[in-house]
Amino acid sequence: MTTMAVPEASSATRTPARPAAKRRPTRLILHLAVVALMVIWAIPTIGLLVSSFRPEAALSTSGWWHAFAPPYQFTMANYRNVLNQAGIGQAFVNSLFIAIPATVIPLFVAAFAAYAFSWMEFPGRDVLFVVVVGLLVVPLQTTLIPILKLFADWNITGTFLAVWLAHTGYGLPFAVYLLRNFMGSLPKSVFESAFMDGATHVTAFFRLAVPMSVPAFAALAIFQFLFVWNDLLVALIYIGLSNSDNLPMTATMANLVNSLGGGWYFLGAAAFVSMLLPLVVFFGLQRYFVRGIVGGAVKG
Amino acid sequence: MESQLVTAVEVVLGVPAVLIAYIWLTERLLTPASERWRRRARPWLWIAPALAFLGFFLIYPTIRTVIRSLQGKSELTPKFVGLDNYKWFFTNDDALGSLLNNVLWLLFFTGFTVGLGLLVAVLVDRVRYEAVAKSIIFLPLAISMVAAGVIWKYMYDYKPPGARQTGTLNALLGTVGVGPIGWLQSPGFRLSTLALIAVMVWMWTGFAMVIISAALKGIPLELLEAARVDGANEWQVFRKVTLPMLGPTLAVVSTTMIITSLKTFDIVYTLTNGNYDTDVIANLMIKEMFTVGDFGRASAVAVVLLLAIVPIMAFNIRKFRAQESLR
Repeated sequence: MTTMAVPEASSATRTPARPAAKRRPTRLILHLAVVALMVIWAIPTIGLLVSSFRPEAALSTSGWWHAFAPPYQFTMANYRNVLNQAGIGQAFVNSLFIAIPATVIPLFVAAFAAYAFSWMEFPGRDVLFVVVVGLLVVPLQTTLIPILKLFADWNITGTFLAVWLAHTGYGLPFAVYLLRNFMGSLPKSVFESAFMDGATHVTAFFRLAVPMSVPAFAALAIFQFLFVWNDLLVALIYIGLSNSDNLPMTATMANLVNSLGGGWYFLGAAAFVSMLLPLVVFFGLQRYFVRGIVGGAVKG
Repeated sequence: MESQLVTAVEVVLGVPAVLIAYIWLTERLLTPASERWRRRARPWLWIAPALAFLGFFLIYPTIRTVIRSLQGKSELTPKFVGLDNYKWFFTNDDALGSLLNNVLWLLFFTGFTVGLGLLVAVLVDRVRYEAVAKSIIFLPLAISMVAAGVIWKYMYDYKPPGARQTGTLNALLGTVGVGPIGWLQSPGFRLSTLALIAVMVWMWTGFAMVIISAALKGIPLELLEAARVDGANEWQVFRKVTLPMLGPTLAVVSTTMIITSLKTFDIVYTLTNGNYDTDVIANLMIKEMFTVGDFGRASAVAVVLLLAIVPIMAFNIRKFRAQESLR
């Protein structure tokens, strides 16, 4: 389905991605700039990574870079404490059960809406779209109490269903916005010729719009997964108040810090444990960000 | 556990199946209708699932918030007080101070995330280690807010002059002989607000980069090559071809970043809790809600936040109209 041929991009002469200008000084500056940005961005995280292997006493008296000078004080104690925390395994499974459906559902719901917003004409389309995107600004906190009351009436507080629905609702404005923008900027000629050939909207959606929007879907999946994976507030309110067995890992981590009385030095270890999966997802989806996928071609 | 797994699998496979079946079914049901009616009804049927979710989770609570903002403090017997809550907001020094901070957030956070995101996306597009570079820039977004707070406590840590500095930044400054700076305790020039903005820029540049990069990959190579063949240098190709093609995407990213800056809450809450002149509107709302217990004022603050977005949305729709006529 990703190999849908699109007339525009079918020209046979694809040149490699390297720019023509290959003068040495320019390349050097380019590499220096990229490496500098990488270093600046990595330092805070490296600091935390090193700190997560240091004993509590060392953390409060010296900076993390002192770990590389004698006496070398490294310990696995922080990680042991995090991984031995009661219920951490169940919490990890809960996080997965929450995050995967809460990523898949809004993606599908948003895709149909985004297609309608970009390729169908109807009165009030622009106004409705502005309202949908405007909803991005609604602070999550103002919605919690009214929704919680309704969830309690329906007896679904404490269930995964409650957070799946909630994350879908909260994630939709951005999902529709991003997908509509991407689908809307696809070449009009492709769609027009498809409709000319008698294609229905259903065909155009599944055979053109979806395959051509793969990078946007991948980006969206990553973000939605991350937001749900790192969410604490929604889980605490809709699950935690009535059924703590279903709480995700973020809640277990927060408890760990609280119950050990300012155990903030565990947080480094906890952060790395909970970061692993999102990074795997990012690496896994990164191959969809290659040049040319919009044209249905593979990177040359 | 077993049953949970079954439910999760059912949902992951079932929801898309149900949605596809729904679209298929509506097409079937529309078949006997006239073409005119089909054209009219179809968009609404496609949007309906999204509207149902939005209506329930966002529009309904928003309407309740607007009504609540016109009522007084008492939760049990709310009385209508007209615009009193808004009058409080626009005459209160703390509230106006947090409004000013949000303006700083809007300018600097949006400017730096979009600017750096664009820069990184364009630069790494030309090197072989693109995947590694992008992963490093993206990494902070995968860190939860609480963990990010801890990371930057290490970075910004301040010890009095003379003492051994444990914060990375102050230790670095020490090596070039500059005295330690209380990054998070300096109301002057709103330095602490800028320090908080830096944390969020560090976290969100990866977000801008991923979206801009996805759009960058969508620009047909033929177009860039054609410009180069015509003798344009790399800068001209960027200015005249790449940038205009990225226009709609940059608008989306900027809008998302502006909204993120208006809603900024977590990082302020974890690092300074609004002290040292760093308070922002969303934190003010939480304070009014849970510390003061005045849901009327808290709702009014939320409505101010909502209204601030109107000009941005107006700009967006003009952008979309222009794009419509171009494609």
